[in-house]
Amino acid sequence: MRDVAAPIVEIQNVTKAYGKLKAVDDVSLAIPRNAFFALLGPSGCGKTTLLRMLGGFEHTSTGRILIDGEDMAGIQPNRRPVNMVFQSYAVFPHMTVADNIAYGLKVTGVKRAAIASRVEEAIAMVRLDGMAARKPDQLSGGQRQRVALARALVKRPKLLLLDEPLSALDKKLREEMQLELVRLQTEVGITFIIVTHDQEEALGMASEIAVMKEGRILQIAPPRELYEHPTRRFVAEFIGASNSFPCEVLAIDGQNARVRSPLLGELTVERSAPDVTSGTLIIRPEKVRMDFSTPEPTPGEALIRGTIDQIAYFGDLSIVYLTAEDGSRLQCSRYNVSRIAAPDPRPGTACTLGIHPEDLLLVGD
Amino acid sequence: MESWRAQPAVFWAFVLPGALWLLLFFLVPLGLIWILAFGERVGPVQIDITWTMANYLAVFDPVYVGLFWRSVWVATIATCIALVMGLPVALAVSFAPDRVKPILLLLVILPFWTNILIRTYAMIAVLRTRGFVNFGLEYLWLLGKAFLLPFGLDEVVMGERFEPLTLLYNNTAVIFGIVYVYLPFMVLPLYATLDRLDRSLLEASLDLGAGQIRTFFSIIVPLAKPGIISGIILVFIPALGTFLISDLLGGTDSLLIGNVIERQFKAANHWPLGSAMSFVLLYITFAILALRAWLTSREEARARA
Repeated sequence: MRDVAAPIVEIQNVTKAYGKLKAVDDVSLAIPRNAFFALLGPSGCGKTTLLRMLGGFEHTSTGRILIDGEDMAGIQPNRRPVNMVFQSYAVFPHMTVADNIAYGLKVTGVKRAAIASRVEEAIAMVRLDGMAARKPDQLSGGQRQRVALARALVKRPKLLLLDEPLSALDKKLREEMQLELVRLQTEVGITFIIVTHDQEEALGMASEIAVMKEGRILQIAPPRELYEHPTRRFVAEFIGASNSFPCEVLAIDGQNARVRSPLLGELTVERSAPDVTSGTLIIRPEKVRMDFSTPEPTPGEALIRGTIDQIAYFGDLSIVYLTAEDGSRLQCSRYNVSRIAAPDPRPGTACTLGIHPEDLLLVGD
Repeated sequence: MESWRAQPAVFWAFVLPGALWLLLFFLVPLGLIWILAFGERVGPVQIDITWTMANYLAVFDPVYVGLFWRSVWVATIATCIALVMGLPVALAVSFAPDRVKPILLLLVILPFWTNILIRTYAMIAVLRTRGFVNFGLEYLWLLGKAFLLPFGLDEVVMGERFEPLTLLYNNTAVIFGIVYVYLPFMVLPLYATLDRLDRSLLEASLDLGAGQIRTFFSIIVPLAKPGIISGIILVFIPALGTFLISDLLGGTDSLLIGNVIERQFKAANHWPLGSAMSFVLLYITFAILALRAWLTSREEARARA
């Protein structure tokens, strides 16, 4: 029995180079047991390459990958304790649902009787009851995805890899599958590693998220910390929306910094990380207070005057795009909490924005 | 895509040239042959159409039935060999880097740049008693003999003289020739199917624990079935009617039905019998295609059930 506290996956200084291009650049990462771990980043950031290296479909140029303490170097995909749900699902079109799910057990010599009961169990788990005899072309996209999931989970891997599993589904189904994946992960207790470029997907499902850019990991944190406490400007702008203000750092005092911003004046704000000694101030749009009457600052609040450019109405919330007095562009989101509230102001309306320094964060560029 | 009804003029402009060509040079001659099969030879060049069945009955002479049977067998064996050889080739090409693929495909069809007659004659130079294969074997024989000489075993093991293999003028040579000539017709449809195969299906199979060989038989072969069937048809049908290859490479006992038909039209000058044989061959081909269509539809019906 291995140490349960030890990480299930350890990636140590892994680099993948294609000629001069480094798809993955000196990445080190430990994924705890039973996590729902997301690799998040824009396309081409190396997240899929990293996932495929775990599956054994790409070799590492340098560095080591350990799964449950075992070095995976030179181990073929069919010998790894890992299964993958492919982006295209890769459900075998010439086999029925049951045959697809049974395939991985058959080829590894599991006994017939055991196969039948495990397949049945897996079908029930992904809620495909009554579909066992169907062929993939008689299934919807969401059902095919469930087959791919069942086919991987029936093997009881130590690690389930999911490559952009929801990208081919429409919005409604995507939300349904998000809940379903979280339910499955809790139920089977297998570590899930999901690759996605969709920040909402990552925030909504993962217990921990690694944000990648150009082959490197910028930050690893649980969703809430990633959103409220991004360490870099790229992370802040990639996860959710944010307003940023250029600033000059006057003094550093422990966790905080004294900064001067042309628009906000002199303030004391929190630094996102100990190594951040200069950078940009950011604030999330929903944390900006909007006021149309005469400005009356609450204590400590900084005020900005601006004009509304455009309003995007999404039903549950409206996003107001503004230009501040110095010409910088800002956004502010307002929840439409009452059905009978006054409608959104019209473009061109002047307004005042109130910002509390504790909602600001100094992030590195 | 717009229905042809919406633009009839465009539709006919595209279809007519090809249709007329086929009508004039394929359907009309075929019709003439069909009619000739019911004719009676009354003079060296004169044939009366009397709607006799005598020609068709003559085809069922045991000698001819034996020839049909042998033709089917030779074509079947040649097709199987072409499939077994062609599948790995097609697989290799479809997995080659994109830069190399066109070059490899060019190599596959390169033999077409030379006339089939010349290629088949070239096979004679390779296979005959004093041909390149036997020269090569003789060289190896001499090497082996020189190696065994110090042990005094040379004559015991290798014999006194090199006996060249008889590679030409038998059924093996004919099958060899058919495989050589028609292999590209097997490789190309296989390649077309394999190249479209979703690579993640193969990765999924490996991921689920299957080895390469298991993946080949459980995933690649079933999914390449449309290409395999096309390849089989494209090789089997011309192989069934071939006469040039068996004429040049075959011996007296490896005549195929194609040779007999050719003889009826030329040396024997018996066009009605040749026509009847042609049509029997055509019907055999149809029967095989119908069998395959029936098998496919039955399989589909079973899959739906």
